[in-house]
Amino acid sequence: MVSEVKIYTTTTCPYCKMAKKFFDDNGIKYQEFNIVEDKAAREEMKNKYDSLTVPTIFFDGEVMIGFDEAELREKLGL
Amino acid sequence: MTAAVYAARKNLNTLLISYDIGGQVLWTAGIENYMGYQFIEGLELMKKFEEQVKQFPLDVKTGERVSSLSQTDGGLEARTEKGESYTARAAIIATGKRPRQLNVPGEEKLKGRGVTYCAICDGPLFASENVAVIGGGNSALEAAEDMVKIAEHIYLVSLTPLTGDQILIDKVKAASNLTMFLEHDVVGIKGEDRVDGIKIRDLKSKEEKELDVGGVFIEIGLIPNSEPFKGIVRLNRRWGNRNKLCQ
Repeated sequence: MVSEVKIYTTTTCPYCKMAKKFFDDNGIKYQEFNIVEDKAAREEMKNKYDSLTVPTIFFDGEVMIGFDEAELREKLGL
Repeated sequence: MTAAVYAARKNLNTLLISYDIGGQVLWTAGIENYMGYQFIEGLELMKKFEEQVKQFPLDVKTGERVSSLSQTDGGLEARTEKGESYTARAAIIATGKRPRQLNVPGEEKLKGRGVTYCAICDGPLFASENVAVIGGGNSALEAAEDMVKIAEHIYLVSLTPLTGDQILIDKVKAASNLTMFLEHDVVGIKGEDRVDGIKIRDLKSKEEKELDVGGVFIEIGLIPNSEPFKGIVRLNRRWGNRNKLCQ
């Protein structure tokens, strides 16, 4: 079972909503960081995960830039 | 999904294969022109489509892309990228489109590092930076209009004169922090780990210019996902492969 999931989002991003729906539908808890409101999270996403796009999804030590449901399913063994 | 529902209602033994459920509609934040809804989010509308599909006894395979479709003695065989094979008497191809890429040096390497195809997603990341919006149609104009409120300065670069709706053109032209380069080509995107500029070229004079930008929003339309079907259906010029000059 995945231990920690962080999703960096923006308010208007449709892919972010898809990513959150995916985790909700699969009963996986996650922490959401809206980078429009949370500047520290924005800097963390840019600098720690080297990403300038949302959603950026951190799970089990891996980073997915963008949302790819099939790839996530495979990596999470769903 | 609509085709699958129609087939199921005719009691046809039907398989729906798709990488995702929703396709292009999922990219849309809000929809105001689908009858029956004055406003609905793309994701919400697709949830309703999915619920409707699931009412019928359909086989649904998601997370798979058809890589080829070929004729067999009895009908057709669809093969997927995962190596699966499915046979059927008939196939309905409704594979939609995907964002067109510029296909210039630097684009692939800097995707997610300043190169983006979703202005409503990534716009806020470029607050107070200079950005370039590539394209001259409605999507590009809407991206430029959004970025006018967020970015320091916007360069709108289009191969052609602006082709979007006049109301959008007027809004963009009125922005004091936007410069247009019409009938200009993008030659390349610069940067090592992140975008730090683009090189553009005047199509008439051939003069090249570099613009210092931290973000590049590519909004140059869509191309059909028709490649797997080239051998079995005839594609017209518009649906076939074209280069970025549409030739």
